[in-house]
Amino acid sequence: MSAIPAEATTAEEKVETTGQYDELVNAGYEHGFITEIESETLPPGLDEGVIRTISARKGEPEWMTEWRLAAYRKWLEMPTPNWASVHYPPIDYQSISYFSAPKKKDGPKSLDEVDPALLETYEKLGIPIEEQKALAGVAVDAVFDSVSVATTFREKLHEAGVIFCSISEALQEYPELVQKYIGTVVPPTDNFYVGLNSAVFTDGTFVYVPKNTRCPMELSTYFRINEAKTGQFERTLIVADEGSYVSYLEGCTAPQRDENQLHAAVVELIALDDAEIKYSTVQNWYPGDENGKGGIYNFVTKRGDCRGARSKISWTQVETGSAITWKYPSCILRGDDSVGEFYSVAVTKGMQQADTGTKMIHLGKNTSSTIVSKGISAQHGQQAYRGLVRIAGKAEGARNHTQCDSLLIGDQSAAHTFPYIEVKNPSAKMEHEATTSKISEDQLFYCRARGLTEEDAVSMIVNGFCKEVFNELPMEFAVEAQKLLSISLEGAVG
Amino acid sequence: MLSVKGLKASVGDEPILKGLDLEVKPGEVHAIMGPNGSGKSTFAHVLSGREGYEVTGGSAELDGEDLFELEPEERARLGLFLAFQYPVELPGVNNMYFLKAALNAIRKSRGEEELDAVSFMRLMKEKLKILHLDDSLLKRPVNFGFSGGEKKRNEIFQMALLEPKLAILDETDSGLDIDALRIVADGVNALRSPERSMIVVTHYQRLLDYIQPDHVHVLAKGRIIRSGGKELALELEEKGYGWIVEGEAA
Ligand SMILES: Nc1ncnc2c1ncn2[C@@H]1O[C@H](COP(=O)(O)OP(=O)(O)OP(=O)(O)O)[C@@H](O)[C@H]1O
Ligand SMILES: [Mg+2]
Repeated sequence: MSAIPAEATTAEEKVETTGQYDELVNAGYEHGFITEIESETLPPGLDEGVIRTISARKGEPEWMTEWRLAAYRKWLEMPTPNWASVHYPPIDYQSISYFSAPKKKDGPKSLDEVDPALLETYEKLGIPIEEQKALAGVAVDAVFDSVSVATTFREKLHEAGVIFCSISEALQEYPELVQKYIGTVVPPTDNFYVGLNSAVFTDGTFVYVPKNTRCPMELSTYFRINEAKTGQFERTLIVADEGSYVSYLEGCTAPQRDENQLHAAVVELIALDDAEIKYSTVQNWYPGDENGKGGIYNFVTKRGDCRGARSKISWTQVETGSAITWKYPSCILRGDDSVGEFYSVAVTKGMQQADTGTKMIHLGKNTSSTIVSKGISAQHGQQAYRGLVRIAGKAEGARNHTQCDSLLIGDQSAAHTFPYIEVKNPSAKMEHEATTSKISEDQLFYCRARGLTEEDAVSMIVNGFCKEVFNELPMEFAVEAQKLLSISLEGAVG
Repeated sequence: MLSVKGLKASVGDEPILKGLDLEVKPGEVHAIMGPNGSGKSTFAHVLSGREGYEVTGGSAELDGEDLFELEPEERARLGLFLAFQYPVELPGVNNMYFLKAALNAIRKSRGEEELDAVSFMRLMKEKLKILHLDDSLLKRPVNFGFSGGEKKRNEIFQMALLEPKLAILDETDSGLDIDALRIVADGVNALRSPERSMIVVTHYQRLLDYIQPDHVHVLAKGRIIRSGGKELALELEEKGYGWIVEGEAA
């Protein structure tokens, strides 16, 4: 039996924070590095000099530079991952520029140069023209987010004492917080892409919610849609202190294009005693044309640590994009009575490949985890679900419920399910359910005989299939996700 | 309203319908009876556009429109409704949501305004009463886990809501208990109107006690071999099909 692939994986969408709000933007310029970034791109290639330059440009503390270098040295010794279930040509890491100006220069000059199929999707999603430009990577000068929204937003967070900023800013403003937590959930040696990310990351988000604080709003990258440029190597760190609660929404339903084919992000969540983190992702990277050309490789490592007693971490994801997705948002249930949840919808069509799943590592007593995975495959889409549930010897009274459903559309798609279970404590209660179904001709005809088109019918059945997961998403996100799913399955039938 | 002429259809190489003629005028109710496997459901499916059947001859027009030129959903929007002999389950799809989507798709195609949630609820309440249907069924997935009788009633409820021009009820009475039969029949009768026609496929004359047909036809071996009034159904009940089918063969 093949082992579960390294740790989590896959790069992932935008998690940018830099300069969202005017003050932060100004702060950035004040420090001088944002302008510098714009005016300078390092030549392709990676060595210690490049890493030192990145760290210096970012004005990082010494320990951070050393941390990056240590990660880099380890990375050099790591073998390139070779996964059985996804196929892509080898990546030349020396041909990537690790510190580059925003993609303004390389991107399309206007929407006329953008893939019409992409624009059509934007139209369907009802995205305003300025946002379309940003998403498609067209150079945009005007900041179209309402400044007042951003300001109110920032003030509210400030009052509550919540820190929500770019990881670069956090390294300058709150270095001791970052140092205390970074790499404690996903160590730089975790896997190949984490190693690389740790050495070179330049973008990402930092969130800290103080003790007994309920974050007054959903933290969302929505508010930053005008900065749709996405880092290739992003780093997100979210810390929920004792008794706090935060809900973080990542991504965007609009398909995003990016010059960078490879995305290798790292997301670390830490929940202390009685804290709860809810992390929702709607991911719709450009999957490439029908042959998969130009699509994004999304290799992200996402892991949450329920470090405190009675803490809870919940991952919800809706994945429809990317040429290749490889990710396993996971929970380490360290604290006694802690709770981990994973709700996922993944869609693959055309030539898309997805290998996703989760890991629930039960270490504490009376820990419980829930996994609900819904996979939809159409056309030539290939999909694998891998789930690992490990109950450690000391995890007295642990419980897991896993439900893994696949829905196939057409007869050329495929879905595979690989559940791995390791139980070292006999008191564990494990439940596993798995189903595979197909949208039948009978179902389609029944709907059509009631006046619905085949596409309406498919989208209705698919949305019904995904309901349990959508229910976990914040309201507006759920509506968007449904719409997104319908659009992404258009033309996938027959 | 409906005009079917010389309809021939086959499944694979197997001819099932072998020259079927039927004229249905506005407001009329026609009953079609006939032995198992004679082609009744096939006829209903071919009219509503189900895949898997090949029309090899003849024509079918609804209000002058060639049905075979239209997709199944276009036929439905034109006002054709099929109450399925075996209603299909749609796990995960909320019944109420389904009905609203269907109704609005049909309304839209007619150039009518789509109903909002409030007016839809009101309309539904009204129609529920006709069918004495428990509204808990509306909150469940379409037909999913419904009893046989509940499925059939749900079909008629859909018909009440969608208000078709021509409804084909394929053995809607099978599987209903006596009370349910009465309720369904009352529901169907309530929907009778000078503009709406119905084709009722049934094996039992009992249904025709409740739903009085204008015409009764016997379908056998892919053709209508006998037509008559309501008394034909009584005669069939008494003597079975043998005498006509044999008479036909002779
Ligand atoms: N998809 C199919 N493949 C093969 N044969 C079919 C198919 N559909 C219908 N038939 C055949 O066509 C004939 C007519 O079937 P149909 O379902 O129309 O009969 P029916 O009159 O509705 O019968 P019943 O009273 O039992 O419902 C039967 O012999 C049946 O086996
Ligand atoms: Mg039949």
